[in-house]
Amino acid sequence: MSNEQFYHALKVDEETCFGCTHCMNACPTQAVRIKDGVAVIQSEKCVDCGACLRVCPVDAIYIEQDDFEQIFKYNIRVAVLPSVFIGQFSRQHTAEEIIDVVKGLGFTHVVPGEAVVDVINEEMLAEYKTDREKPLISSFCPAIVSLIQLRFPALAQNIIPLKHPAEATALYYKQLLLESGTSADQIGMFYVTPCAAKISALRSTDKETVVDGIINMNFLYNKVYHVLNSKSEPNRNSEVVLPYYTPKVMEWSLTQGESKHMEGRCLAIDEIHNVISFLERVENEEVMNVDFLELRACDQSCAGGALMSENRFLTVERVHTRANRIQKSGLKVEEVKQNHLEYVREHLKIGEVEPRQTMALDQDMGKALKKMERVRSMMCFLPGVDCGVCGAPNCQSLAEDIVMKKAHLSDCGFLQRMMEKTKKLDPDHSIRIMEKIWGKDRLDKDCKKKGAKYEGL
Amino acid sequence: MELKYEVSGGDFTKAGYASSAVKKVLKKLSVDPKIIKRIVVALYEGEVNVVAHAYKGTISVDISPERIFIRIEDEGPGIPDIDLAMTVGYSTASPAVREMGFGAGMGLPNMKKNADELNVSSKVGQGTTVELITNLN
Ligand SMILES: Nc1ncnc2c1ncn2[C@@H]1O[C@H](COP(=O)(O)OP(=O)(O)O)[C@@H](O)[C@H]1O
Ligand code: SF4
Ligand code: SF4
Ligand SMILES: [Mg+2]
Repeated sequence: MSNEQFYHALKVDEETCFGCTHCMNACPTQAVRIKDGVAVIQSEKCVDCGACLRVCPVDAIYIEQDDFEQIFKYNIRVAVLPSVFIGQFSRQHTAEEIIDVVKGLGFTHVVPGEAVVDVINEEMLAEYKTDREKPLISSFCPAIVSLIQLRFPALAQNIIPLKHPAEATALYYKQLLLESGTSADQIGMFYVTPCAAKISALRSTDKETVVDGIINMNFLYNKVYHVLNSKSEPNRNSEVVLPYYTPKVMEWSLTQGESKHMEGRCLAIDEIHNVISFLERVENEEVMNVDFLELRACDQSCAGGALMSENRFLTVERVHTRANRIQKSGLKVEEVKQNHLEYVREHLKIGEVEPRQTMALDQDMGKALKKMERVRSMMCFLPGVDCGVCGAPNCQSLAEDIVMKKAHLSDCGFLQRMMEKTKKLDPDHSIRIMEKIWGKDRLDKDCKKKGAKYEGL
Repeated sequence: MELKYEVSGGDFTKAGYASSAVKKVLKKLSVDPKIIKRIVVALYEGEVNVVAHAYKGTISVDISPERIFIRIEDEGPGIPDIDLAMTVGYSTASPAVREMGFGAGMGLPNMKKNADELNVSSKVGQGTTVELITNLN
């Protein structure tokens, strides 16, 4: 199990990264280490939440994306576009106008990423009536699904195993196009992602997908923003009601987007640290009689995705405002037809979410116990200040890395001093150790670094 | 390997500390998640009982590849009738404790359900000792 390879869209640009440790300290799963002066993400621990990317001061952590030009390999180019995309633009721009610009960039069709949530919602409600262990947990946020597999394995069985709305929507739309006589090889389905987690979920090898390519939302935002702002013609001032854009569709990816459509006692929790502390309690059965949990890794859910450009609170407010306007207009929104909903329903189930035991020190309990005992005795010597000088986020992580043979006790800056004093370590050697962690020139004088004399020169 | 935790009576905000810490350790030891869950649920109930009914206590957890042995010892009023205390729904919890969502009388029955072996011994006026044994094979 522990040797599985996990695909991650998050990458560290080693040229730009200077090993500042911000990401190492921000990672909720302690997946980051510093080696040779740059951040290294331990693949088996990462859940793609994007916390590291958000705190990077030099944008050295980036999300891999497919080349945009690839869309032109297809005659029919569909953008599966999450509703939060539209929420990033001010009210001056109608949804129709925004979508027209997206089409102008090369797409022949645009469909909201949440177009088929009605049938997903129905299946979730059906699950509520089964004997699946409560609280049911939504599979919407892939970072949360990974987090549960990794850190809360006993709760994996509570996850409702359904396809993500974007995947289900792509499936629907492709079917619609096929029925209209388009041949399959002419259709390109492109998902515009607000985060790395969705990419990893689509890319992991065990999942089949109809999505042919992924476009980072910030990339598309910049292009659309540019066009909208350079337009001279006045904006159309009346909003047309577009197909699929019901208030429910628009708000589904926001906090409470799912929970308010579920039955029983439902809770919506966003931001990964909040989710972790809540799941700790759920796992201990300290929280009783909750029926449904909507859990999202980002603060303000997808409005706060790592690839979102606009302020998340503004985005949330704008999505709600647009949704309310549609609601109040009383106009009928054209929705997905019943026969298509049935088609999606047939393909919605995925396999049960299985736990991943990568937290363990060893798969063999006897060996793991020995390692744990060694960790505990090392913790007697490590200073417990969690300074990060060893290149690990805290003393405990260093000790665990040591028993996993990924680090040495002499990596600790405090123990080096003690070892030098007792002549167990040569001072030159400790410099070499530091250089190994922090990079060759890290100890050299540098007046161009942030805050120094000639910063930015 | 032995783990030890102190529990002080009356402080409900801290109840769950030991069970969370033990849970963390068991996950690192690759114990089956379902077994971890049972242990943690039982231990949490034991921890809450010390907080709710006793003055202070210690929890010791002995972990071996064969079994996990937990002993919760407290100084407190003790339990006069253990069989009665074990019955579902029986509780002497004060209204204040119930107000906080504890005292449903399910703690001891839940511990029995989730452990392979439960031993309760008590001296009235002195304290209570609860042992929870979970076999791993
Ligand atoms: N550690 C303890 N010390 C004293 N009394 C206890 C202790 N644990 C349980 N009891 C008694 O047993 C009763 C039943 O316990 P339990 O099943 O956990 O239910 P609850 O804690 O909800 O009352 C308690 O109300 C209390 O009278
Ligand atoms: S994406 Fe999240 S889990 Fe992965 S390394 Fe970054 S902060 Fe850690
Ligand atoms: S909350 Fe939304 S944007 Fe954030 S990680 Fe989850 S799915 Fe991605
Ligand atoms: Mg109790």
